[in-house]
Amino acid sequence: MSPAISAAGLTRRFGGFTAVDGVSFEVEEGEIFGYLGANGAGKSTTIRMLTGLLAPTSGEARVAGHDVAAAPESVKASIGYMSQKFSLYLDLPVLENLLFFGGAYGLSGAALRARADELLERTGLGGMGGATTGDLPGGIRQRLALACAVLHRPAVVFLDEPTAGVDPAARRAFWKLIRELAAGGTTVFVTTHYLDEAEYCRRIGLMVDGKLVALDTPAALKRTWVPDLVLVVRGRELARAAGALRAREGVRAVAPFGAGLHVRVDPARLGEREVAEALGAAGARDVKVERGEATLEDVFLAVVDRGAPGEATP
Amino acid sequence: MSKPPVHPERSHESDLSVHPERSSADGAAESKGAESKGALSARNLVRRFGPVTALDGLSFEVGKGELYGLVGPDGAGKTTAIRALAGLVRLDGGEVSVLGVDPAGGRVRERLGLMPQQYSLYRDLSVGENLRFFARLFVLPKKVFRERADRLLGITRLGPFVDRRADALSGGMYKKLALACALLHEPEVLLLDEPTNGVDPVSRRELWVLLHEFVHGGMTVLVSTPYMDEAERCHRVGLVHHGKLLLEGEPRELTRGFASFEELFLSRIGEAA
Repeated sequence: MSPAISAAGLTRRFGGFTAVDGVSFEVEEGEIFGYLGANGAGKSTTIRMLTGLLAPTSGEARVAGHDVAAAPESVKASIGYMSQKFSLYLDLPVLENLLFFGGAYGLSGAALRARADELLERTGLGGMGGATTGDLPGGIRQRLALACAVLHRPAVVFLDEPTAGVDPAARRAFWKLIRELAAGGTTVFVTTHYLDEAEYCRRIGLMVDGKLVALDTPAALKRTWVPDLVLVVRGRELARAAGALRAREGVRAVAPFGAGLHVRVDPARLGEREVAEALGAAGARDVKVERGEATLEDVFLAVVDRGAPGEATP
Repeated sequence: MSKPPVHPERSHESDLSVHPERSSADGAAESKGAESKGALSARNLVRRFGPVTALDGLSFEVGKGELYGLVGPDGAGKTTAIRALAGLVRLDGGEVSVLGVDPAGGRVRERLGLMPQQYSLYRDLSVGENLRFFARLFVLPKKVFRERADRLLGITRLGPFVDRRADALSGGMYKKLALACALLHEPEVLLLDEPTNGVDPVSRRELWVLLHEFVHGGMTVLVSTPYMDEAERCHRVGLVHHGKLLLEGEPRELTRGFASFEELFLSRIGEAA
């Protein structure tokens, strides 16, 4: 079976700027694939090429069996797309939005109506078909936008920061839907800045300055990229002592976390006791140090730091 | 262009954060007010918009040099509360004070900074030009501007994009530029309304290091956020729901018995979006 998405040496330049630089990967059918990177790393440009909206400068990509450069219209018919700034008609009722987008995808009549009703139920919007879209909270509108994007049963769905600015309850409900979609065989390509969400992805690709620098499952990325010992520090007068700790050899990162600190150290050089002593010597009091776990945020920071060591400064 | 586009919702608010350098001594003198050592105070705020009650008796205090987080679901009243503290919302009840003064009178404006959710930049100016524009507006000395701009461009990782026009930035990059512009002048009190939506994790973490530095240096920061990990990075957090304060305290105390702040949020607010 051929992959749902495949990219080989995919490249896009704008003048002298290379936004996407030789990116290669494959996404299997029914996979939830997370595409991460800093703002400006090239995520959106990749999506615009994979959705047939922007021609690659070089390299190639196939989505749902169609070549994005040679057959962009076939690509567009096979995919669903939803972005952070999803566009719904706010002055229309919920159901009218679904019928409008269904019509745009060539659905009509009783089949469209049945599909719209089915999606209202599945997205937890049953009974809300008559409500004016603009009166609904952001989390509900977001689920409606997803329903509009999958009306025509696309093989692949692209979600570009679908949950930006949405509260945890709404995000959870949204991700439940995404997992159900994938379980039904739909391939999901999603970008997010919420790294706890990225944990739901089967595999994650991480972009730095246009290049795909890391690609693996969340667990494997943590093992590969963050061999550090992660320590959670609590105590008093920590803010002042943090600077001294940062300067110490073997300390890889010190970040404030609430009233405490998250510290990553080289396990060959430092442990809990050394960190507690260093902080104590620098004026911190009542210091307690415990082991923590590496997060995808730690992975992200490690990849970005090592992936772009010589980043230009203004 | 007659008016700086800092706060698009209202016209008279453009002078809100126009002032620059202050000696830290001013702040110390001001803080001796009788009951409120607090930098920010909201007491029984009520605000209705037609049939909707956005604020329904909301009260909280933020001490000087404190980093206070406001969290809550969509529509909880966070934005209205922040705008009230900036003196931009007429209240139907209750009162606010900033550094012991009613912000609506305009007397604290030069000591107060606000970053609203929809921050307006000049779309036809580049990243660097926008920063210079706001530096002028805040009357920053050249040397101070250069140091701060370099630092902020580093943190936001916008350095390689200084010459790109604002209208050619991605959503997250635009937000970061707005944030850099809002942080250029370092006011005594800073109000940030969901400053990190769409901002990537690296910049988000560096931004929080910067906020901690600010408050360590005496600045008071009130920040609303939908990110629960950011709530955990605040000194104290208020959980707002239906225009009221539901819970308040240090993240560590609040989350006792919960795996994370998100678990706490879900148990208190429920799954209803």
